[in-house]
Amino acid sequence: MKIGVVTFPGTLDDRDAARAVRLAGGEPVSLWHADTNLQKVDAVVLPGGFSYGDYLRCGAIAAQAPVMREIIKKANQGLPVLGICNGFQVLVESRLLPGGLIRNEHQHFICRDQKLRVENVDTAWTNQFSLNQEITIPLKNGEGGYIATQEELARLEGEGLITFRYVDVNPNGSMNDIAGLRNERGNVVGLMPHPEHAVEPGFGPDTDVAMRSGVDGLLFFKSVLNALVNA
Amino acid sequence: MALFKKKIVASGVDTVENAAATPDKLQPWKELGLKEDEYARIREILGRRPTSAELAMYSVMWSEHCSYKSSKIYLRQFGEKVTDEMKKHLMVGMGENAGVVDIGEGWAVTFKVESHNHPSYIEPFQGAATGVGGIVRDILTMGARPIAVMDQLRFGAVENPDTARVVHGVVSGISFYGNCLGLPNIGGETVFDRVYQGNPLVNALSVGALRHEDLKLAKASNPGDLVILFGARTGADGIGGVSVLASETFDSTGPSRRPAVQVGDPFAEKVLIECCLELYKANVVAGIQDLGGAGLSCATSELASNGNAGMRVQLQKVLKRDESLTPEEILMSESQERMMAIVPKKDRKKFEAIVNKWEVEFSILGEVIAEPRLYINWGDEEIVNVPPRTVAHDGPVYERPVAFPSYQDALNADTVHSRGLFRANESGSDLAAQLWQIVTSPNQASKSWITDQYDHYVGGNTALAMPDDSGMIRVSETSGLGVSIATDANGRFCQLDPYQGARLALAEAYRNVAVGGAKPMAVTNCLNFGSPENPEVMWQFKQATAGLADGCLELGIPVTGGNVSFYNQTGDVAIHPTPVVGVLGVIDDVARRIPSGWQDAGNNIYLLGTTRDELDGSVWAEVIHDHLGGRPPVVDLAHEAALADLLHGASLQGLIESAHDLSEAGLAQAIVESCLRFNMGARVWLGEICERDNVDRTCALFSESTGRVLVSVGREDDVKFAGLCEARGIPVLRIGVTDNSGELEIQDVATFGLEDLRTGFKATLPALFG
Repeated sequence: MKIGVVTFPGTLDDRDAARAVRLAGGEPVSLWHADTNLQKVDAVVLPGGFSYGDYLRCGAIAAQAPVMREIIKKANQGLPVLGICNGFQVLVESRLLPGGLIRNEHQHFICRDQKLRVENVDTAWTNQFSLNQEITIPLKNGEGGYIATQEELARLEGEGLITFRYVDVNPNGSMNDIAGLRNERGNVVGLMPHPEHAVEPGFGPDTDVAMRSGVDGLLFFKSVLNALVNA
Repeated sequence: MALFKKKIVASGVDTVENAAATPDKLQPWKELGLKEDEYARIREILGRRPTSAELAMYSVMWSEHCSYKSSKIYLRQFGEKVTDEMKKHLMVGMGENAGVVDIGEGWAVTFKVESHNHPSYIEPFQGAATGVGGIVRDILTMGARPIAVMDQLRFGAVENPDTARVVHGVVSGISFYGNCLGLPNIGGETVFDRVYQGNPLVNALSVGALRHEDLKLAKASNPGDLVILFGARTGADGIGGVSVLASETFDSTGPSRRPAVQVGDPFAEKVLIECCLELYKANVVAGIQDLGGAGLSCATSELASNGNAGMRVQLQKVLKRDESLTPEEILMSESQERMMAIVPKKDRKKFEAIVNKWEVEFSILGEVIAEPRLYINWGDEEIVNVPPRTVAHDGPVYERPVAFPSYQDALNADTVHSRGLFRANESGSDLAAQLWQIVTSPNQASKSWITDQYDHYVGGNTALAMPDDSGMIRVSETSGLGVSIATDANGRFCQLDPYQGARLALAEAYRNVAVGGAKPMAVTNCLNFGSPENPEVMWQFKQATAGLADGCLELGIPVTGGNVSFYNQTGDVAIHPTPVVGVLGVIDDVARRIPSGWQDAGNNIYLLGTTRDELDGSVWAEVIHDHLGGRPPVVDLAHEAALADLLHGASLQGLIESAHDLSEAGLAQAIVESCLRFNMGARVWLGEICERDNVDRTCALFSESTGRVLVSVGREDDVKFAGLCEARGIPVLRIGVTDNSGELEIQDVATFGLEDLRTGFKATLPALFG
């Protein structure tokens, strides 16, 4: 299965996302922001970083990139898309997911091992988790505070679209502890924390068993491969 | 108005011809930081007065910051006190942008630490941000992909209201720039001391990895090759920053000479990094130099001088942010995120395709010529005509007066014992109170409030990072080959004895690399001192460099490069000498790295090395008694090498579960950190240390004797491990056992709940700055 990993100018975690795809058993394909050809990929990851220097608003310029026009079109037809951190911001700016992301409540960039609850497993990117499973993956952002109108929040809660919620610590002041969302169809998922940094023993978050041994992020990428095989 | 100004400049440009015709014209050499004899020498070199553009170039390149004129005679020993064995793995030594070390499997790494102290006091955010940007470009210039950064910070006293301004600015500047570059920040140092109040130190280190064949050098040697400036446009930022900022102290009564600090754009730098790496891959770059201090003056003269060639440059081709810039300003501008490449004419199209792909602007300024002469034109008018070597490499060299400090003997005589600060047989509860006071003091408490603002995950290769003793990065994803780096400097020890202080910094950084499981290989340094015009400061510098060079020779690891920062003083009061020493280690497989904390219950805790009555200059003396005097701990580098060897051997055999260096605040600090790293309890006893080493419990807990490491060993490996220590003659003592009690019990002293300890340990910095 070919999973596209998009590089915008200023993208930082593209190599990490490609490694995660590879470790899950997929074939990563590099997609360039200025291209409109998606090279027949079966799914797309929008990795983290500071696309276009976060100028204007995080993700706002990237949402207008040539490659995004194709991705938005295909996403609306069911192409699985995962937006991580800056990628989540791009999805929100592209209107593929609702709401917005603002400066962290405490005004600082924060990098920490973050506990999350997976509250929806009926998506292309979470089907290998068990419902309400608690996982720990790194979080690192300066503008990760999720906001939406009260009506929108009520809809998201009512329709069960909130896919990840922060547990123990809300690191950035997100409303309703929201860490990530899915769209109605379940093919598009976005979250602030970084699953691609928890895929390889020795380089992930600490666990009770051993230093840096956390690989909870790997299931995101196994989920999409599973979804594609069973599609 | 801008048009009007431009017209004046264009018509008033000081040409070479004009300079020859008007020998008596008064020039502002003094205002540009030159001394009278230096100006005379420039006239002698040129056989006429310099043009204003030439004067700008010489002044900035002959500044202390660029020419190392006061330090050169001492830095030479780093190249002289070496053996062939030490040079074996050295691919590029001192003098280039950064040293390059062969780490095997066809891989090499390059690393360097540099200061950005003065700009960071004036404008902490941009000063620190561009400090990171500058060192990363140095690494990139060697042909390497930058893979990590670290920073070494010294701030004033936490009580001083100005400290928070500097801390917030510096930390967010590093966070902003480093995070946006996608480089993991894997460690560093933070120290608060009132001696740094008006002179905070902001040192930034970067490390990069490259294949041997990708090595690039900053030289222009082939006539006809194109000289191309690319990256950000040139603006008015940082003009004169190098010569003025780094040459004068901040005397509040003197005239203001504080030009704009450079402003950084990490997005532009990230794009520039990827663009350069693609250029290297396409093999279209014959030489490359970054533009940092002294901007174009430095890049053009150094490239030509290194290549034993010359250059013809058309300065009007420089892409500018501000069209009103004069030629002199363009030559001195320190606008960030710029590089200069030397490109063979045949590769021009390929070069252009790559920079265009990354939407990086470029302009072809001129070409390399065989004649070793640098010609710079402004339109039709020649404004620079100089031998590049005289600008870049043959600057003045000073043997400044050196004097043993008048206060030194009294300082060394003023010990914790002579003061009566040390009380024998302190009660358990008093010791417990001291321990708590120490581990929650700003310098010893958790630095997570700072380090949590840095991304240490990006890249997916971070094997160790703060709060571990060293930062470790995987270089090869196939074999697991990696490197680790630790940096250290104890200004208090250096004040007491700069020779030993530098060796102590070296010993500690070396040990910190070894406890992670890596083999120490090479050294970099950033030497932060007061004014070289003060003979007592110069004595400190002389002693520290000798100590470091002798120490490196003794340990058999070479200095690959470094940086000197002078004039770190306010009025007549200099900072403590602060020679930051960075040691690079290599590990064949990062999977073998050793954690710094205890992970499993039931492991035995061993103390390696001997504890002596060495409290002078210690954290205990500082925090409990606000005292600095006496002599620093003794350094035994042969023992450090044996210790490193033991740790390496034990790690290869998988005998140790954790290892943590003992340094600031001694055993007490190491025990607390080992517990808190993975939340593992322990029971520790001090009786045998006191008995064997004939020391008091205060010393057992807080002495800062060197050559000591705390290790934990699984019970099944006990016998083997003890045997290994014995065979290598390393003193070893079992001093405790790890457990699941959730407590740290120090027998006959106190029992601390780990949650209480953690809360106290982590609360200090947020309470001060959060």
